[in-house]
Amino acid sequence: MSLYLLCLALFCVGLYGVLRKRNIVKIIIGLAIIEYSINLFFVLLGYRFHGRAPIDAQDQNILNMVDPLPQALVLTSIVIGLAVMAVLISIALRLYEKYGTFDITKIKQLKG
Amino acid sequence: MIDNPKAGMSLIVKTITRLIMGLILLFGIYIVLHGHLSPGGGFAGGMIIALSFVHLMLAFGKEAVTSKISKNLASNLESIGALMFLSIAAIGFFGGSFFLNILKKGEPFKLFSAGTIPLNNLAISLKVSVGLLAIFLALVILEGTKKEI
Amino acid sequence: MELHILLLFMIFAAIVAIEVKDLLSSVVAVGAVGFALCVAFLILKAPDLAITQLVVEILCLIILIRATINKDLPLVIEGRWIFNTVSTMVFIAAFLFFAYHALKELPAFGEPIMHLVKKYLEEGTTSTGAVNLVAAVILDFRAYDTLGEATVLFASVVGIMTVLRGRGRKRIEEKEK
Repeated sequence: MSLYLLCLALFCVGLYGVLRKRNIVKIIIGLAIIEYSINLFFVLLGYRFHGRAPIDAQDQNILNMVDPLPQALVLTSIVIGLAVMAVLISIALRLYEKYGTFDITKIKQLKG
Repeated sequence: MIDNPKAGMSLIVKTITRLIMGLILLFGIYIVLHGHLSPGGGFAGGMIIALSFVHLMLAFGKEAVTSKISKNLASNLESIGALMFLSIAAIGFFGGSFFLNILKKGEPFKLFSAGTIPLNNLAISLKVSVGLLAIFLALVILEGTKKEI
Repeated sequence: MELHILLLFMIFAAIVAIEVKDLLSSVVAVGAVGFALCVAFLILKAPDLAITQLVVEILCLIILIRATINKDLPLVIEGRWIFNTVSTMVFIAAFLFFAYHALKELPAFGEPIMHLVKKYLEEGTTSTGAVNLVAAVILDFRAYDTLGEATVLFASVVGIMTVLRGRGRKRIEEKEK
Protein backbone atom coordinates (compact mmCIF):
# COMPACT_ATOMS: atom_id res chain seq x y z
CA MET A 1 0.00 0.00 0.00
CA SER A 2 2.78 2.44 0.82
CA LEU A 3 4.49 1.48 -2.46
CA TYR A 4 1.42 2.57 -4.42
CA LEU A 5 1.38 5.91 -2.61
CA LEU A 6 5.07 6.53 -3.35
CA CYS A 7 4.37 5.80 -7.03
CA LEU A 8 1.60 8.39 -7.06
CA ALA A 9 3.89 10.89 -5.34
CA LEU A 10 6.32 10.51 -8.27
CA PHE A 11 3.36 11.16 -10.59
CA CYS A 12 2.59 14.36 -8.68
CA VAL A 13 6.19 15.62 -9.02
CA GLY A 14 5.93 15.21 -12.79
CA LEU A 15 2.50 16.87 -12.83
CA TYR A 16 3.87 19.91 -10.99
CA GLY A 17 6.60 20.17 -13.63
CA VAL A 18 4.08 20.13 -16.50
CA LEU A 19 1.77 22.71 -14.91
CA ARG A 20 4.12 25.29 -13.47
CA LYS A 21 7.27 25.55 -15.53
CA ARG A 22 7.82 28.04 -18.35
CA ASN A 23 10.67 26.38 -20.22
CA ILE A 24 9.48 23.90 -22.84
CA VAL A 25 12.28 21.42 -22.10
CA LYS A 26 11.24 21.33 -18.42
CA ILE A 27 7.66 20.53 -19.49
CA ILE A 28 8.94 17.63 -21.64
CA ILE A 29 11.02 16.33 -18.70
CA GLY A 30 7.89 16.42 -16.47
CA LEU A 31 6.00 14.38 -19.07
CA ALA A 32 8.79 11.76 -19.09
CA ILE A 33 8.58 11.45 -15.28
CA ILE A 34 4.79 10.92 -15.49
CA GLU A 35 5.33 8.08 -17.98
CA TYR A 36 7.90 6.32 -15.77
CA SER A 37 5.61 6.44 -12.75
CA ILE A 38 2.63 4.96 -14.59
CA ASN A 39 4.70 2.11 -16.07
CA LEU A 40 6.04 1.26 -12.60
CA PHE A 41 2.51 1.29 -11.17
CA PHE A 42 1.31 -1.25 -13.72
CA VAL A 43 4.14 -3.68 -13.05
CA LEU A 44 3.67 -3.33 -9.27
CA LEU A 45 0.09 -4.54 -9.66
CA GLY A 46 1.16 -7.90 -11.04
CA TYR A 47 3.89 -8.94 -8.62
CA ARG A 48 3.56 -12.07 -6.51
CA PHE A 49 5.67 -12.82 -3.44
CA HIS A 50 8.34 -15.50 -4.12
CA GLY A 51 7.27 -15.68 -7.75
CA ARG A 52 9.37 -16.53 -10.81
CA ALA A 53 10.07 -14.62 -14.01
CA PRO A 54 7.56 -15.62 -16.74
CA ILE A 55 9.96 -17.79 -18.74
CA ASP A 56 9.49 -21.55 -18.70
CA ALA A 57 12.46 -23.74 -17.75
CA GLN A 58 12.82 -27.46 -18.21
CA ASP A 59 12.27 -28.69 -14.68
CA GLN A 60 10.23 -26.09 -12.80
CA ASN A 61 6.50 -25.80 -12.27
CA ILE A 62 4.45 -23.18 -14.04
CA LEU A 63 2.01 -22.13 -11.38
CA ASN A 64 4.44 -19.96 -9.42
CA MET A 65 5.01 -17.19 -11.98
CA VAL A 66 4.40 -13.48 -11.69
CA ASP A 67 1.64 -12.06 -13.87
CA PRO A 68 2.80 -11.76 -17.52
CA LEU A 69 -0.15 -9.72 -18.79
CA PRO A 70 0.76 -6.30 -17.28
CA GLN A 71 4.33 -6.85 -18.49
CA ALA A 72 3.13 -7.26 -22.08
CA LEU A 73 1.07 -4.05 -21.89
CA VAL A 74 3.94 -2.05 -20.34
CA LEU A 75 6.33 -3.23 -23.11
CA THR A 76 4.07 -1.57 -25.66
CA SER A 77 3.78 1.54 -23.51
CA ILE A 78 7.55 2.05 -23.14
CA VAL A 79 8.13 2.06 -26.91
CA ILE A 80 5.20 4.40 -27.56
CA GLY A 81 6.59 6.75 -24.89
CA LEU A 82 9.84 7.00 -26.83
CA ALA A 83 7.98 7.87 -30.05
CA VAL A 84 5.97 10.65 -28.33
CA MET A 85 9.09 12.16 -26.73
CA ALA A 86 10.91 12.22 -30.09
CA VAL A 87 8.03 14.11 -31.76
CA LEU A 88 7.88 16.63 -28.87
CA ILE A 89 11.62 17.32 -29.04
CA SER A 90 11.50 17.91 -32.79
CA ILE A 91 8.62 20.41 -32.38
CA ALA A 92 10.61 22.19 -29.65
CA LEU A 93 13.65 22.44 -31.94
CA ARG A 94 11.54 23.96 -34.69
CA LEU A 95 10.06 26.50 -32.24
CA TYR A 96 13.54 27.56 -31.14
CA GLU A 97 14.55 28.12 -34.75
CA LYS A 98 11.59 30.39 -35.42
CA TYR A 99 11.28 32.40 -32.17
CA GLY A 100 14.78 32.29 -30.69
CA THR A 101 13.60 31.31 -27.21
CA PHE A 102 12.20 28.36 -25.27
CA ASP A 103 9.92 30.53 -23.10
CA ILE A 104 6.26 29.63 -23.62
CA THR A 105 4.87 33.07 -22.69
CA LYS A 106 6.67 34.63 -25.65
CA ILE A 107 5.37 32.17 -28.25
CA LYS A 108 2.10 33.89 -29.07
CA GLN A 109 1.58 34.01 -32.82
CA LEU A 110 -1.02 31.55 -34.02
CA LYS A 111 -0.35 31.95 -37.76
CA GLY A 112 2.83 31.97 -39.82
CA MET B 1 35.41 3.74 -42.91
CA ILE B 2 35.81 7.34 -43.94
CA ASP B 3 38.57 8.69 -41.70
CA ASN B 4 38.58 12.46 -41.61
CA PRO B 5 40.85 13.52 -38.72
CA LYS B 6 38.97 16.77 -38.10
CA ALA B 7 35.43 15.38 -37.83
CA GLY B 8 34.13 13.38 -34.88
CA MET B 9 35.80 12.62 -31.60
CA SER B 10 39.37 11.87 -30.46
CA LEU B 11 41.58 8.97 -31.54
CA ILE B 12 40.84 6.75 -28.54
CA VAL B 13 37.08 6.84 -29.19
CA LYS B 14 37.58 6.06 -32.89
CA THR B 15 39.79 3.03 -32.20
CA ILE B 16 37.39 1.54 -29.67
CA THR B 17 34.42 2.14 -31.98
CA ARG B 18 36.13 0.23 -34.77
CA LEU B 19 36.67 -2.76 -32.48
CA ILE B 20 33.28 -2.84 -30.78
CA MET B 21 30.70 -1.83 -33.39
CA GLY B 22 30.54 -5.30 -34.95
CA LEU B 23 30.04 -6.92 -31.54
CA ILE B 24 27.12 -4.64 -30.70
CA LEU B 25 25.47 -5.45 -34.05
CA LEU B 26 25.95 -9.19 -33.46
CA PHE B 27 24.49 -8.97 -29.96
CA GLY B 28 21.40 -7.17 -31.29
CA ILE B 29 20.84 -9.86 -33.94
CA TYR B 30 21.20 -12.57 -31.26
CA ILE B 31 18.52 -10.96 -29.08
CA VAL B 32 16.14 -10.71 -32.05
CA LEU B 33 16.59 -14.32 -33.20
CA HIS B 34 16.15 -15.84 -29.73
CA GLY B 35 13.10 -13.75 -28.89
CA HIS B 36 10.90 -16.75 -28.14
CA LEU B 37 13.42 -18.53 -25.90
CA SER B 38 14.94 -15.87 -23.65
CA PRO B 39 14.00 -12.30 -22.69
CA GLY B 40 14.27 -9.62 -25.36
CA GLY B 41 12.25 -9.83 -28.51
CA GLY B 42 11.88 -7.65 -31.59
CA PHE B 43 11.70 -4.20 -29.96
CA ALA B 44 14.76 -4.37 -27.74
CA GLY B 45 16.89 -6.10 -30.39
CA GLY B 46 15.92 -3.63 -33.10
CA MET B 47 16.88 -0.71 -30.88
CA ILE B 48 20.29 -2.24 -30.12
CA ILE B 49 20.96 -2.56 -33.87
CA ALA B 50 19.98 1.10 -34.35
CA LEU B 51 22.23 2.12 -31.45
CA SER B 52 25.28 0.54 -33.12
CA PHE B 53 24.82 2.81 -36.16
CA VAL B 54 24.21 5.84 -33.94
CA HIS B 55 27.48 5.00 -32.15
CA LEU B 56 29.25 5.06 -35.52
CA MET B 57 27.73 8.41 -36.35
CA LEU B 58 28.69 9.98 -33.03
CA ALA B 59 32.30 8.83 -33.16
CA PHE B 60 33.18 9.51 -36.80
CA GLY B 61 31.07 12.55 -37.66
CA LYS B 62 27.91 12.44 -39.71
CA GLU B 63 29.59 11.87 -43.10
CA ALA B 64 30.33 8.25 -42.25
CA VAL B 65 26.66 7.25 -42.35
CA THR B 66 24.85 9.91 -44.40
CA SER B 67 26.97 9.14 -47.45
CA LYS B 68 25.79 5.52 -47.43
CA ILE B 69 22.18 5.68 -46.18
CA SER B 70 20.06 8.55 -47.43
CA LYS B 71 16.68 9.51 -45.99
CA ASN B 72 14.82 7.98 -48.95
CA LEU B 73 16.43 4.59 -48.50
CA ALA B 74 15.66 4.58 -44.77
CA SER B 75 12.00 5.41 -45.26
CA ASN B 76 11.62 2.78 -48.01
CA LEU B 77 13.17 0.06 -45.83
CA GLU B 78 10.89 0.95 -42.95
CA SER B 79 7.80 0.63 -45.12
CA ILE B 80 9.02 -2.79 -46.29
CA GLY B 81 9.29 -3.89 -42.65
CA ALA B 82 5.73 -2.77 -41.88
CA LEU B 83 4.38 -4.51 -45.00
CA MET B 84 6.13 -7.75 -44.00
CA PHE B 85 4.39 -7.68 -40.63
CA LEU B 86 0.99 -7.15 -42.27
CA SER B 87 1.52 -9.93 -44.80
CA ILE B 88 2.41 -12.41 -42.04
CA ALA B 89 -0.87 -11.42 -40.39
CA ALA B 90 -2.79 -11.91 -43.65
CA ILE B 91 -1.37 -15.43 -44.06
CA GLY B 92 -3.51 -16.36 -41.08
CA PHE B 93 -6.55 -16.17 -43.32
CA PHE B 94 -5.62 -19.56 -44.72
CA GLY B 95 -6.25 -21.06 -41.31
CA GLY B 96 -9.51 -19.37 -40.48
CA SER B 97 -9.08 -15.91 -39.00
CA PHE B 98 -6.79 -12.85 -39.00
CA PHE B 99 -3.43 -13.29 -37.22
CA LEU B 100 -3.88 -17.01 -36.62
CA ASN B 101 -0.64 -18.87 -35.91
CA ILE B 102 -0.76 -21.58 -38.57
CA LEU B 103 2.82 -22.74 -39.15
CA LYS B 104 4.14 -25.88 -37.47
CA LYS B 105 4.68 -25.51 -33.75
CA GLY B 106 7.67 -27.84 -33.31
CA GLU B 107 9.07 -28.80 -29.93
CA PRO B 108 9.75 -26.22 -27.24
CA PHE B 109 13.32 -25.02 -26.42
CA LYS B 110 14.48 -25.31 -30.04
CA LEU B 111 15.36 -22.41 -32.35
CA PHE B 112 12.96 -23.35 -35.16
CA SER B 113 9.76 -23.58 -33.14
CA ALA B 114 6.72 -21.52 -32.20
CA GLY B 115 5.13 -20.99 -35.60
CA THR B 116 5.03 -17.40 -36.81
CA ILE B 117 6.55 -15.81 -33.69
CA PRO B 118 10.20 -15.66 -34.95
CA LEU B 119 9.05 -14.25 -38.31
CA ASN B 120 7.08 -11.54 -36.54
CA ASN B 121 10.16 -10.72 -34.46
CA LEU B 122 12.26 -10.29 -37.61
CA ALA B 123 9.75 -7.96 -39.28
CA ILE B 124 9.36 -5.82 -36.16
CA SER B 125 13.11 -5.56 -35.60
CA LEU B 126 13.65 -4.35 -39.19
CA LYS B 127 10.94 -1.72 -38.78
CA VAL B 128 12.09 -0.43 -35.40
CA SER B 129 15.80 -0.23 -36.22
CA VAL B 130 15.43 1.58 -39.54
CA GLY B 131 12.76 3.88 -38.09
CA LEU B 132 14.99 5.02 -35.22
CA LEU B 133 17.89 5.52 -37.62
CA ALA B 134 15.64 7.71 -39.80
CA ILE B 135 14.69 9.83 -36.75
CA PHE B 136 18.33 10.36 -35.90
CA LEU B 137 19.25 11.21 -39.52
CA ALA B 138 16.49 13.84 -39.61
CA LEU B 139 17.79 15.44 -36.39
CA VAL B 140 21.41 15.50 -37.59
CA ILE B 141 20.75 16.83 -41.08
CA LEU B 142 18.72 19.71 -39.63
CA GLU B 143 21.83 21.00 -37.91
CA GLY B 144 23.70 21.00 -41.21
CA THR B 145 21.04 23.05 -42.95
CA LYS B 146 20.87 25.60 -40.16
CA LYS B 147 24.55 26.44 -40.46
CA GLU B 148 24.32 27.32 -44.16
CA ILE B 149 21.82 30.11 -43.57
CA MET C 1 12.33 -3.08 1.47
CA GLU C 2 14.70 -2.39 -1.43
CA LEU C 3 11.81 -1.11 -3.49
CA HIS C 4 11.06 1.57 -0.88
CA ILE C 5 14.65 2.86 -0.99
CA LEU C 6 14.65 2.84 -4.80
CA LEU C 7 11.38 4.77 -5.00
CA LEU C 8 12.62 7.41 -2.52
CA PHE C 9 15.75 7.86 -4.65
CA MET C 10 13.59 8.27 -7.75
CA ILE C 11 11.42 10.94 -6.09
CA PHE C 12 14.52 12.85 -4.95
CA ALA C 13 16.09 12.72 -8.44
CA ALA C 14 12.82 13.84 -10.04
CA ILE C 15 12.61 16.88 -7.73
CA VAL C 16 16.23 17.75 -8.65
CA ALA C 17 15.42 17.38 -12.36
CA ILE C 18 12.48 19.79 -12.20
CA GLU C 19 14.01 22.49 -10.01
CA VAL C 20 17.60 22.92 -11.23
CA LYS C 21 18.20 25.93 -13.49
CA ASP C 22 20.86 24.38 -15.75
CA LEU C 23 19.27 22.35 -18.57
CA LEU C 24 22.09 19.82 -18.94
CA SER C 25 21.98 18.91 -15.23
CA SER C 26 18.25 18.30 -15.33
CA VAL C 27 18.66 15.98 -18.35
CA VAL C 28 21.27 13.98 -16.41
CA ALA C 29 18.86 13.73 -13.44
CA VAL C 30 16.08 12.35 -15.69
CA GLY C 31 18.60 9.77 -16.88
CA ALA C 32 19.16 8.74 -13.25
CA VAL C 33 15.39 8.25 -12.78
CA GLY C 34 15.25 6.03 -15.87
CA PHE C 35 18.16 3.82 -14.77
CA ALA C 36 16.67 3.41 -11.29
CA LEU C 37 13.43 2.31 -12.98
CA CYS C 38 15.39 -0.35 -14.90
CA VAL C 39 16.78 -1.72 -11.61
CA ALA C 40 13.22 -1.70 -10.17
CA PHE C 41 12.01 -3.82 -13.09
CA LEU C 42 14.77 -6.34 -12.37
CA ILE C 43 13.73 -6.57 -8.71
CA LEU C 44 10.11 -7.15 -9.79
CA LYS C 45 11.15 -10.16 -11.93
CA ALA C 46 10.55 -8.63 -15.40
CA PRO C 47 13.74 -9.09 -17.52
CA ASP C 48 12.09 -8.24 -20.87
CA LEU C 49 11.04 -4.85 -19.57
CA ALA C 50 14.44 -4.13 -18.03
CA ILE C 51 16.26 -4.60 -21.36
CA THR C 52 13.74 -2.48 -23.27
CA GLN C 53 13.68 0.31 -20.66
CA LEU C 54 17.50 0.53 -20.60
CA VAL C 55 17.82 0.90 -24.38
CA VAL C 56 14.91 3.36 -24.65
CA GLU C 57 16.39 5.47 -21.85
CA ILE C 58 19.75 5.75 -23.64
CA LEU C 59 18.10 6.85 -26.90
CA CYS C 60 15.91 9.36 -25.07
CA LEU C 61 18.97 10.91 -23.39
CA ILE C 62 20.80 11.29 -26.71
CA ILE C 63 17.82 13.07 -28.29
CA LEU C 64 17.29 15.34 -25.26
CA ILE C 65 20.94 16.40 -25.13
CA ARG C 66 20.81 17.24 -28.82
CA ALA C 67 17.99 19.67 -28.08
CA THR C 68 19.47 21.41 -25.05
CA ILE C 69 23.13 21.90 -25.82
CA ASN C 70 24.21 25.57 -26.19
CA LYS C 71 20.67 26.78 -25.68
CA ASP C 72 20.43 27.97 -22.07
CA LEU C 73 18.57 31.15 -21.26
CA PRO C 74 17.77 32.99 -18.00
CA LEU C 75 14.08 33.27 -17.06
CA VAL C 76 12.29 36.02 -15.14
CA ILE C 77 9.55 35.29 -12.58
CA GLU C 78 6.61 37.64 -13.06
CA GLY C 79 3.67 38.54 -10.82
CA ARG C 80 0.80 36.30 -9.50
CA TRP C 81 3.33 33.70 -8.50
CA ILE C 82 1.95 33.02 -5.01
CA PHE C 83 -1.61 32.47 -6.21
CA ASN C 84 -0.50 30.01 -8.94
CA THR C 85 1.68 27.94 -6.61
CA VAL C 86 -0.91 27.75 -3.84
CA SER C 87 -3.70 26.69 -6.20
CA THR C 88 -1.46 23.97 -7.74
CA MET C 89 -0.59 22.64 -4.28
CA VAL C 90 -4.29 22.55 -3.29
CA PHE C 91 -5.13 20.61 -6.45
CA ILE C 92 -2.32 18.09 -5.87
CA ALA C 93 -3.39 17.59 -2.23
CA ALA C 94 -7.00 16.91 -3.29
CA PHE C 95 -5.75 14.43 -5.92
CA LEU C 96 -3.65 12.52 -3.36
CA PHE C 97 -6.52 12.41 -0.87
CA PHE C 98 -8.95 10.84 -3.35
CA ALA C 99 -6.24 8.49 -4.65
CA TYR C 100 -5.63 7.17 -1.13
CA HIS C 101 -9.29 6.27 -0.75
CA ALA C 102 -9.34 4.59 -4.17
CA LEU C 103 -6.16 2.59 -3.54
CA LYS C 104 -7.71 0.88 -0.53
CA GLU C 105 -9.95 -1.12 -2.90
CA LEU C 106 -7.04 -2.74 -4.73
CA PRO C 107 -5.73 -6.17 -3.59
CA ALA C 108 -2.72 -6.04 -1.29
CA PHE C 109 0.76 -5.85 -2.78
CA GLY C 110 2.08 -9.35 -3.54
CA GLU C 111 -1.19 -11.26 -3.86
CA PRO C 112 -2.73 -10.56 -7.27
CA ILE C 113 -6.09 -11.99 -8.28
CA MET C 114 -4.81 -13.60 -11.54
CA HIS C 115 -8.25 -14.46 -12.81
CA LEU C 116 -7.69 -13.77 -16.53
CA VAL C 117 -4.16 -15.08 -16.74
CA LYS C 118 -4.77 -18.70 -15.67
CA LYS C 119 -5.61 -19.70 -19.26
CA TYR C 120 -2.46 -18.04 -20.62
CA LEU C 121 -0.24 -19.66 -18.01
CA GLU C 122 -1.58 -23.18 -18.41
CA GLU C 123 -1.93 -23.41 -22.17
CA GLY C 124 0.78 -20.91 -23.19
CA THR C 125 3.65 -23.24 -23.92
CA THR C 126 1.65 -26.07 -25.45
CA SER C 127 -0.61 -24.02 -27.70
CA THR C 128 1.98 -21.62 -29.12
CA GLY C 129 5.25 -23.49 -28.75
CA ALA C 130 7.13 -20.49 -27.31
CA VAL C 131 8.93 -20.70 -24.00
CA ASN C 132 8.99 -16.95 -23.29
CA LEU C 133 5.43 -16.26 -22.13
CA VAL C 134 5.61 -12.46 -22.54
CA ALA C 135 6.59 -12.89 -26.23
CA ALA C 136 3.75 -15.39 -26.66
CA VAL C 137 1.28 -12.89 -25.20
CA ILE C 138 2.35 -9.93 -27.33
CA LEU C 139 2.79 -11.80 -30.60
CA ASP C 140 0.19 -14.53 -30.50
CA PHE C 141 -2.60 -13.96 -28.01
CA ARG C 142 -2.71 -10.17 -28.35
CA ALA C 143 -1.17 -9.45 -31.72
CA TYR C 144 -3.58 -6.58 -32.51
CA ASP C 145 -1.90 -4.43 -29.87
CA THR C 146 1.46 -4.98 -31.55
CA LEU C 147 -0.04 -3.94 -34.88
CA GLY C 148 -1.29 -0.73 -33.23
CA GLU C 149 2.16 -0.07 -31.77
CA ALA C 150 3.82 -0.53 -35.18
CA THR C 151 1.35 2.00 -36.60
CA VAL C 152 2.17 4.55 -33.88
CA LEU C 153 5.92 4.20 -34.55
CA PHE C 154 5.36 4.63 -38.28
CA ALA C 155 3.22 7.75 -37.75
CA SER C 156 5.84 9.28 -35.46
CA VAL C 157 8.65 8.75 -38.00
CA VAL C 158 6.53 10.35 -40.75
CA GLY C 159 5.73 13.28 -38.43
CA ILE C 160 9.37 13.91 -37.51
CA MET C 161 10.54 13.79 -41.10
CA THR C 162 7.88 16.35 -42.03
CA VAL C 163 8.54 18.78 -39.17
CA LEU C 164 12.33 18.70 -39.55
CA ARG C 165 12.47 19.09 -43.30
CA GLY C 166 15.45 21.17 -44.49
CA ARG C 167 13.97 23.34 -47.17
CA GLY C 168 10.31 24.17 -47.38
CA ARG C 169 8.40 25.40 -50.37
CA LYS C 170 9.09 29.11 -49.83
CA ARG C 171 12.87 28.77 -49.94
CA ILE C 172 12.79 26.81 -53.18
CA GLU C 173 10.68 29.56 -54.77
CA GLU C 174 13.12 32.23 -53.60
CA LYS C 175 16.03 30.29 -55.02
CA GLU C 176 14.33 30.00 -58.39
CA LYS C 177 13.83 33.73 -58.63
